[in-house]
Amino acid sequence: MPAFVLLTVMTALRILSRNRLRAGLTMLGIVIGVGAVIAMVSIGQGARAAVQAQVASMGTNVIVIMPGSTTVSGVRGAQGGAVTLTINDAAELKKRSPLLSDTGWAKRDVMQIVNGNRNWNGPVNGVSPSYLTIRDWSFTSGGPFTQTDMDSAARVALIGQTTLENLFDPGEEAMGATIRIKNVPFQVVGVLAPKGQSAQGTDQDDVIFIPFTTAERRVFGSQFLGSVGALFASTEQSGDLPEAVEHIRETLRLRHRLEPDQADDFTIRTQVDIGKVQESTSQTLTVMLFAIASVSLLVGGIGIMNILLVSVTERTKEIGVRMAVGAKRIHILTQFLIEAMTLSLFGGLIGVIVGIVGARLTTVIAGWPTMISVDAVLTAFLFSLAIGLFFGLYPANKAARLNPIEALRYE
Amino acid sequence: MAPLIVCEDLWKIYRIGDVEVQALRGINLTIDRGEFVAVMGTSGSGKSTLMNLLGCLDKPSRGRYRLDGLDVSTANPDLLADLRNRQIGFVFQNFNLIPRTSALENAQLPLFYRGVSIKEQRRQAAAALQRVGLAGREQHYPAQLSGGQQQRVAIARALVGAPSILFADEPTGNLDTASSREIMDILEHLNREDGITIILVTHEPDIAAYASRELVMKDGQIVQDVRRAPHLSAVT
Repeated sequence: MPAFVLLTVMTALRILSRNRLRAGLTMLGIVIGVGAVIAMVSIGQGARAAVQAQVASMGTNVIVIMPGSTTVSGVRGAQGGAVTLTINDAAELKKRSPLLSDTGWAKRDVMQIVNGNRNWNGPVNGVSPSYLTIRDWSFTSGGPFTQTDMDSAARVALIGQTTLENLFDPGEEAMGATIRIKNVPFQVVGVLAPKGQSAQGTDQDDVIFIPFTTAERRVFGSQFLGSVGALFASTEQSGDLPEAVEHIRETLRLRHRLEPDQADDFTIRTQVDIGKVQESTSQTLTVMLFAIASVSLLVGGIGIMNILLVSVTERTKEIGVRMAVGAKRIHILTQFLIEAMTLSLFGGLIGVIVGIVGARLTTVIAGWPTMISVDAVLTAFLFSLAIGLFFGLYPANKAARLNPIEALRYE
Repeated sequence: MAPLIVCEDLWKIYRIGDVEVQALRGINLTIDRGEFVAVMGTSGSGKSTLMNLLGCLDKPSRGRYRLDGLDVSTANPDLLADLRNRQIGFVFQNFNLIPRTSALENAQLPLFYRGVSIKEQRRQAAAALQRVGLAGREQHYPAQLSGGQQQRVAIARALVGAPSILFADEPTGNLDTASSREIMDILEHLNREDGITIILVTHEPDIAAYASRELVMKDGQIVQDVRRAPHLSAVT
C-alpha cells in the first residue's frame, strides 16, 4: 500500500502538471478561501492583541472602583462626582478579602505645572505607593516614591513621558529637577516608562504622580480628608476577579450602610469588562470574513468536483485498463481522491501564502495590526484537505463504480 | 492435472430496453494449461462476450465457470480484480496503453496493484520489456513508439505478473504484416517456451494458424472445435 500511495501521488502530480492552467483555475476558489481565512484571522488576532496590550497597560488583574454620581434634589451629577470612597475603605477591603493582593487609591485634578519658563496643564494624581505597583508602572530613570515619602507628605513627583516632553527641552535632565505644581516646588524623582493610549483612547503618559498625602495637604486642598477619586485593587489570579468583585461590593455596601433596595453608590470595573467592548467589534468583522471564506471554500470545492468529473469522463478508458490489469475499486477511488486532495492541498498552500502576504499588506497599507496565527494556518490547511476529500468523493466513487468492459470500450 | 478453464452451460443475456439479447447460449468448454487457442467467428458471434467472461471482466448470467479450480461465476468484483491481476494478462487490439506514461510504468501497472515495492516493480517491468525486445525503450511514451512496439509494451504489461493465461483480442488488428508477425512470434514463443496458455480472438485465418486449437463461434455457440498441429509455414 505505501508504494501504491506514493506512486499515485506522483501520478496525480504529473497529471495536474500537464494541465497547469486548468489545475490553477480549479484551485482558485480554495486559494481565495484559505487566503481569506488566514488574512481574516490575522487581522482579528492583531486587533485582539492590540486591545489586550491596551488593557494590560492598566496593570495585571486590576479592579477599578469609582464613586457613584451625587444626587442633589433629583439632579444627578457625573460619575465619580461623589466623595463616597475613602482611604479607610481601601484598608477595610484589604482586610476583608483574602483574594485581593493589594489595594491602592488615587485622586486627580488638572493643574498648571511649571518648569522654568515652560508650563503645562495636565492631570496631577495624588496616589498611594501601592497604586504604582497595581497599575504596573515602570521607570526609565529613578524609581517610585516610598511609604516614608507618603507619611512625611514629601514634595516628590514622578512624571510621564508626555509631561516630560512638554516641560523639558530635549536632552534636558529631568531627574532631580524642581518643578512647581500650583506654586509648590516638587523634586522629580522618577520618569515613567511610556504606556501609550488607554483602552478609552486617553494618553496615559500625560501624567504626574505625587504622594497622596502631599496632594491632599499641599496641592488639592481637599474638603474631606481621606476621600479618594478612585480605589484600585488587584488579585493574584485573573480567575479570582469575579469573586473579588463580589467581595468588594459586599464590603462597600456594608461600610456605606446601603439598604438591600438601594443601588450601589460606586461602580466596579475590571479589565475584562473594558476589553469586552473592543472584542465585540472585531468579532463582527471576523464573522463577516468567515462568511466570505466559507462561500469561497464551498465554491472552490464544487470547482474541484466539477473538474474531477470531467477528468473521470476523459480518462474512462484508462480506468478500464487499470481495472483490467487488476485495480480494485478502492484503488481507483484512492487515485481520484488523491488527485482531488492534491488539488485542494496546493490550493491551500498557495492560499496560505496569499493570506500571509495579504495580512502583511494590510499592515503596511492600512496600518492595521495583524498577527499570523500558526493555528489558523494549520486549520485552514487541514480544512482545504478535507474539502478535497469531501468534494472528491463523488467523482472518485463514480470512477470506481465503472463497469470495466464499458470503460474499456469507451472512446 | 485439472484443466485450467472449465465452462459448463455458460449463458450471457443482455437486456437492451425490452429486447433480450442472448450473447452466449450454453457454452461448454474445457481448456488445458499450455494450450494455444484461437477463437474465430463473425462479429456478433459472441466471441468478445466469451473473452470478457473468461477474462473475469464480466460474470455469466447462467452456468458455471471455473478458473484453475475456483468458481468465478459467483465471485465479487474485488475477487475478480484479484484474479485478473494474478492469473490473467490482456492484450487488446488498440493496445490500450496509458497515454503520456512511460513504457516502463505501463508495464509496471499489474505489479502496482499487487502492492509490490517500487524497486521490484521497476526491475520486473524492465525484465518484461526485455523479453519482448524493448530493452532501452523503457522511458519512451506510447506516442513515441510504433504500433508494433506499443503492442509489445502491452504484451510486457500482460506478462509482468506471471499470469497463467494471456487473452489476446485481435492483437494484430491494427498492425501491418511485418509487425503482426513479430507480435505473433512473441506470443508463440511465450506459449511454447514459458507454457503460458494463450487465448486469441481473431478473424484472420493466417493469424489463427499459429494456434494449436481453433474454436469457431456462431450465434453465441461454439460450432467448431478443432485441434491440430500449429502450422507455422502458413505465414512464412
